[in-house]
Amino acid sequence: MNFPILSTLIFLPLVSSFFIFLSKDKTTNVSSISISLFSSVATFFLSLFLWYSLDINTSEFQFVEEKSWINNYIKFKLGVDGISILFIVLTTFITPICIISCVNSVKVRVKEFLIAILILETFMIGVFCSLDLVIFYLFFEAGLIPMFLIIGVWGGPRRVYSAFKFFLFTLLGSVLMLVAIIVIYWITGTTDITQIYEIQIPKEYQNILWLAFLSSFAVKMPMWPVHTWLPDAHVEAPTAGSVILAAILLKMAGYGFLRFSIPMFPIASEYFTPLIYTLSIIAIIYTSLVALMQDDMKKLIAYSSVAHMGYVTLGIFTLTKQGIEGSIYQMISHGLISAALFLCVGVVYDRLHSRMISTYGGLVNYIPKYSFLFLIFALAALGLPGTSGFLGEFLVLAGTFQKSFLAAMLATFGVILGAAYMLWLTKRVIFGVTNNSEIKKINDINKSEVVMLVTLAFFILFFGFYPLPLMETFNVSVNSLINNYETALITN
Amino acid sequence: MFPEIFLSLSIFFILMVGVFIKKSFNLIFNLTSLIIIVTISIILTNSNNVERIFLDSFIRDPFSNYFKILILLSTLFVLNSSKNFIIDNKLDKFEYPIIILLSILGMFFMVSSNDLILFYLGLELQSLSLYILASIDRDNLRSTESGVKYFVLSALSSGLLLYGCSLLYGFTGSTNFELIADQLNKENTGAVFAMVFILVGLAFKISAVPFHMWTPDVYEGAPTSITSYFAVVPKVAGLALLIKFMFVPFSNILLEWQTIMIFISIASMILGAVAAMIQKNFKRLLAYSSIGHIGYALAGVATGAISGYQSAIVYISIYVIMNIGAFSCLYLLKKDGQYKENISDLSGISKKHPLIAISLLIILFSLAGVPPLGGFFAKFYVFVAVLEKEMYALAIIGLITTVMSAFYYLKIIKTIYFDDSIVTFEPTKNRTAKFSVIASCTILITFFLYPSILNNLVNTLFVS
Repeated sequence: MNFPILSTLIFLPLVSSFFIFLSKDKTTNVSSISISLFSSVATFFLSLFLWYSLDINTSEFQFVEEKSWINNYIKFKLGVDGISILFIVLTTFITPICIISCVNSVKVRVKEFLIAILILETFMIGVFCSLDLVIFYLFFEAGLIPMFLIIGVWGGPRRVYSAFKFFLFTLLGSVLMLVAIIVIYWITGTTDITQIYEIQIPKEYQNILWLAFLSSFAVKMPMWPVHTWLPDAHVEAPTAGSVILAAILLKMAGYGFLRFSIPMFPIASEYFTPLIYTLSIIAIIYTSLVALMQDDMKKLIAYSSVAHMGYVTLGIFTLTKQGIEGSIYQMISHGLISAALFLCVGVVYDRLHSRMISTYGGLVNYIPKYSFLFLIFALAALGLPGTSGFLGEFLVLAGTFQKSFLAAMLATFGVILGAAYMLWLTKRVIFGVTNNSEIKKINDINKSEVVMLVTLAFFILFFGFYPLPLMETFNVSVNSLINNYETALITN
Repeated sequence: MFPEIFLSLSIFFILMVGVFIKKSFNLIFNLTSLIIIVTISIILTNSNNVERIFLDSFIRDPFSNYFKILILLSTLFVLNSSKNFIIDNKLDKFEYPIIILLSILGMFFMVSSNDLILFYLGLELQSLSLYILASIDRDNLRSTESGVKYFVLSALSSGLLLYGCSLLYGFTGSTNFELIADQLNKENTGAVFAMVFILVGLAFKISAVPFHMWTPDVYEGAPTSITSYFAVVPKVAGLALLIKFMFVPFSNILLEWQTIMIFISIASMILGAVAAMIQKNFKRLLAYSSIGHIGYALAGVATGAISGYQSAIVYISIYVIMNIGAFSCLYLLKKDGQYKENISDLSGISKKHPLIAISLLIILFSLAGVPPLGGFFAKFYVFVAVLEKEMYALAIIGLITTVMSAFYYLKIIKTIYFDDSIVTFEPTKNRTAKFSVIASCTILITFFLYPSILNNLVNTLFVS
């Protein structure tokens, strides 16, 4: 196919943000909202079409686009395979939901907000499409600019601190990755990852390069102990910002491990497995305990995200089929669930302007529809069978048991803690006694909120009962990832 | 030689015009722009062959042509975008553009020189013009102070430079760069000593640490129109000269000067990042940021390889674009007839002046080196060259200072976007400044489409 479908996908949101920039509505923002909604839905359907026409029986990169970029030695190369397509669809699916949510929650500078969201979407899709290290770095870092502004301009009272922390933490992690990328270029003579896969990077370089990549991905993931920016960023970010942060930005690091760390540095990946296990287990248990103690709902969900990402890193570095498939499943499902939970917090925040758990209580008596949906998402977050959250955790644990009994046992303990904080949250917010008289006057969710939350609930349940569409898509790619990894280990 | 002859004759001519016609600032200003454009076209139409004249003391080659055009173009932008500022601050003396042209003439000789004597003459012509420019607002105490400060320190460095030149002549027996290169080796201790003196003098001219002391005071004290000229044009010429020295006469004692260069580079990067954090004045901040940027360019030079020199040239070219944009924004911030230059005055301008705000956003993120803007590619090329020579420590320190310097750029962005607005600026009719801002932002945004466009140009510069 000659039509550059991936470039279209990447630059469609950027172009439409330019149109929003030119649009002249002063008070109502109708045209900016409709342009952005239209373009993001169009992007979503384009990505669905991409998924539909992707050949899932091969692990080759498809829809490859190549253009000479920097002096012919660094190419602008894009392509997708069974793993990245799911993240692209997730991105394009979450973005329209964010745009709908900002209609209710963003009151000032709506036009600029939509532009920032759309530019961010461009960079996020770019991250998942790029097949060249420099292009990847470019998109990976560029996403910081709109996210910094989203947190800083539309955020809560401590937004400046959070935005700075977010930006500087991520940038500091990433510069080491830039050094590693340039070093890889001088070792292999290319930054095209399909070529690097074939050239074995010498053993003596692998460990140090792997650590440089880790420094970037660990911050972005976030892994313990560099996760501290995440709760701050989540708490201060506006709802749509939190949704994008939790649903997509955190997945970039997991994707980075799968796409770069493991195939490029198989020996180092094996060597550092115990390190990752330790950090993941600490993340799962420690942040779950921290989540138990939170009295801010957004902070609680943020810490639960760190714990969930702990399962992802654990699963990826089991380097078994179940573990990796479980991680990918967990990432997609966490993308949906955390997005839904942050939207739920946003819904009540828009009405009562408080994120404190103590403000609420007994919501089920006054806003039953909302409470019902909240309960579904909370149960999905704790991994109830029948929701997508279950399958990811289950597969990750199944993979871990094959490699390390101790790690698996400790991680299973985290599942119990997860159930504890989610159920306790539900108990205190949805059920319980109403102490706050304002809750009696609260309105149930309106149409646009129903659309967002029901769509998310539908997919969470759908993928909980019928995981095949996702599993089939990444099956072949994961198989070849593991095969390549094992052959690389044997040849060394 | 023709561009230089044309430039000198034009300077004499407009000097006469200025003397004999009263109130001739506007006329001379426009003539100056015209002269610059004509000189650019003369250089462009000349063939790209290497020409040597005056017993090989003067060389016209692609290298010098590139820098001459860069100097002229940036002067054109700096001068025109600051015109309203000059008139508003009553600096509209007819000497102003003429002295700028004179300093350009000095820089032309600097970048074309192939001989110690010619190089020193060019440098002095440039420096003397710059002393006058720094104190051109002679009734203003700070401007005068900055001029004197610059003069005293710069004269000292010129003295060191001259001493180095004389030592070099004494130990190698020649003033010609290529003959010196043949004579120089590390056994020639006296000449190595001379190299240190020359390096110090040059580092002073481009305000690299530890010879940077004059920069913040002069930047802050001089009128903004002069500061923007100082921040851009002499740096280009100084770096060109430095690269020339490292590439031709000192090419055989690479190991001797490399250590010094690495030290200067690291010190500049660190000081630029740390000292800028606490600045409240935008011009002073840009002074420290320029020290940091020179550090990155010197990291490219410190590799001692052609690819490193090329990356430094690309870096300084993009730096010029960013700084012209940043200073042009200052010309748009006018209230009650006064130009604001404190960072706190910028607070909340994103609400009332969204276009200035977004331009500053782009320029500042680019200065911080965040992709996909032009500033990222500048840093990227430098670090590619540095890592090619396996200078890992330099690269890692450089990248960490990038993060540190990102902090103060973010602080300005915070002031612009996150804070509440205090000041409403007057809508200015300064079209040229707006044009410069828009041009600079457009280049920085679209740079990622053809990131090798500068590289292809710079690759042709080192033919010899």
